[in-house]
Amino acid sequence: MNTRLATIALLSGTIALAGCAKKAPEQLPPAPEQTTTDNGTTVAPLEDTGPTLGSQAHFEDAVNGQNVIYFDTDRFNIDSADAAALQTQAQYLSQYRAISITIEGHADERGTREYNLALGERRANSAKNYLTSLGVDANRIRTVSYGKERPVALASNAAAWAQNRRAVSVVIN
Amino acid sequence: MKQLIFALALFASPVSVGPVSAQTSGQGGDLGAPVAEGGTVETLGETGAETEEGGLSFTVTDESDWSDIGVAIAGFAADRDRPTPANANGTAALGREISRVITANLRNNGIFRPVGPDSLPQPSFAQITAPSWGSWSGRGVEMLVHGYVSARADGRLTVGCYLYDVALQDELIREGWVVPPADWRRAAHKCSDLIYSRLTGESPFFDSRIAYIAETGPKDKRIKRLAIMDSDGANHRFLTLGSATALTPRYSPDYKKLLYLSYVDGNPRIYVYDIGTGRQQLVAETGNPTFAPRWSPDGRNILYSMAVGGNTDIYRVSANGGRSVRLTDTPGIDIGGSYSPDGSKIVFESDRSGSQQCYVMDADGTNQRRLTFFGGRCATPEWSPRGDQIVFTRIAGDFNIAVMNPNGRNLRVLTSGWQDEAPTWAPNGRIIQFFRTTRNSGRSNLWQVDLTGRNERRLKTPVDASDPAWGPILP
Repeated sequence: MNTRLATIALLSGTIALAGCAKKAPEQLPPAPEQTTTDNGTTVAPLEDTGPTLGSQAHFEDAVNGQNVIYFDTDRFNIDSADAAALQTQAQYLSQYRAISITIEGHADERGTREYNLALGERRANSAKNYLTSLGVDANRIRTVSYGKERPVALASNAAAWAQNRRAVSVVIN
Repeated sequence: MKQLIFALALFASPVSVGPVSAQTSGQGGDLGAPVAEGGTVETLGETGAETEEGGLSFTVTDESDWSDIGVAIAGFAADRDRPTPANANGTAALGREISRVITANLRNNGIFRPVGPDSLPQPSFAQITAPSWGSWSGRGVEMLVHGYVSARADGRLTVGCYLYDVALQDELIREGWVVPPADWRRAAHKCSDLIYSRLTGESPFFDSRIAYIAETGPKDKRIKRLAIMDSDGANHRFLTLGSATALTPRYSPDYKKLLYLSYVDGNPRIYVYDIGTGRQQLVAETGNPTFAPRWSPDGRNILYSMAVGGNTDIYRVSANGGRSVRLTDTPGIDIGGSYSPDGSKIVFESDRSGSQQCYVMDADGTNQRRLTFFGGRCATPEWSPRGDQIVFTRIAGDFNIAVMNPNGRNLRVLTSGWQDEAPTWAPNGRIIQFFRTTRNSGRSNLWQVDLTGRNERRLKTPVDASDPAWGPILP
């Protein structure tokens, strides 16, 4: 990741193009203060750089929060809203060819556990297939299904279930 | 008394979450310490039982209220009160404890009206084979259970179990077992099974174990651990530590292994876990996600489902490893699978028609045909160990447990929860266990229902619970 820091200044202009009307990212970018890396060394804060290339926040900012697509009950087809989101993701991935992603497939709680694991895998693959049809190398896209094990909306109603039937693209670090 | 059993389960659990020493297997990053396998139970000669008459008959459609046999379970007598590792207060106290376990077993299935040792006179050792009839006939019970416990010189325990008909003043059946002290509860379960089988004509089921998933934590960060326990919830053990999500366990027919799904390497993969050694290995060496593991009735084969490019099919592989055989080949999700008891057929779930339905095929994958056409969806089918019924999750608005004949007819809905899911049969094919999820909170618990649908109860577990899998009767 550190090697990518140097390129940030060059790329920040293109990031700004996609930057209007963004949704709040799921994961907030790191706070601008002293942080400790995994190997224990302290990294001095950089001044006003925005999210780092290679981070999930950078990806989500660049795709305008469209790293998540949603599905109808028991469905796994890519509708027009999904297609637009995936096109934005494909643009990002064609721009940053060093980046690989995991597509996490999810289902709502109103399904049996094992079927939902298979359904989540099918949804993740739908998204993957669409991205590869847009020219993204399949080797850069990993899939994993969490079935109904990782909901984001916790109520038991139609609105919550609609938010949970999703495929989430996550940058692999 | 119930609290006491529950307390035992609670005490057992933290103790068993031992050191992380079982990282012996390479991919075993979430495994707890291995669990010692139980000792063997030796059956002493069965005498005094006439076997020509079959006991009470029990049919699924029976509407009569025979579910009310009064049974007095007196404290088991000790030949003399001796110390035993099975009970801090000696064999006399252990005898009463055995009677309490039997009472709880019989209370929990809607057939009996048991009266336990704490509200009954304590028979002497000599009275075990010669009941004092006068003190039992006025208590409104039809059946009387006596028994004894005796500490042997080798440290093991001999437990005798006697069932009497109070009105006839006659012995119906007796049996005895020699058990290691640690397995004293198994003697109580064997005695419960003897009583249950003699009075109902059904096969036994108490002396068996259940694997399931123990759940803690908030709905969006649920910790799911592999756990096992006796059929009554005692001897509870956690087998995994909870750092990786564990799902859908299945006991091998000999209880030596468990199949289950783990995210221990970040992906959903099924493993076979050896309970004695605490080691586990992948069932199929593949880069693809695998789920829904099942044993064949003889334990020689494993069914699993694998997604390739998003398309899920059912495969069979030998329990000793080797090449997998693909059994289904349709676009869509073919998943699960449950063998008929003779191993000749497999009932499974598929959405090839557009929605989840139950299908049946020959064990080699041929002759696939749809079983269910009732309008709702059919999921997680499990063939009864008796072969006469298939239980499944019926999805029609809410999720309920339902049974049907193996030809798909005579559907009967047994439960009415908001989300009742993943039924598993008791070894005798007469009681079904499943898990029930509560709307909004997402909390789940294990429940049992009998084939009439009238007797439903919750099985207490130390924490929330899901994905139960009932093993066969212990040898």
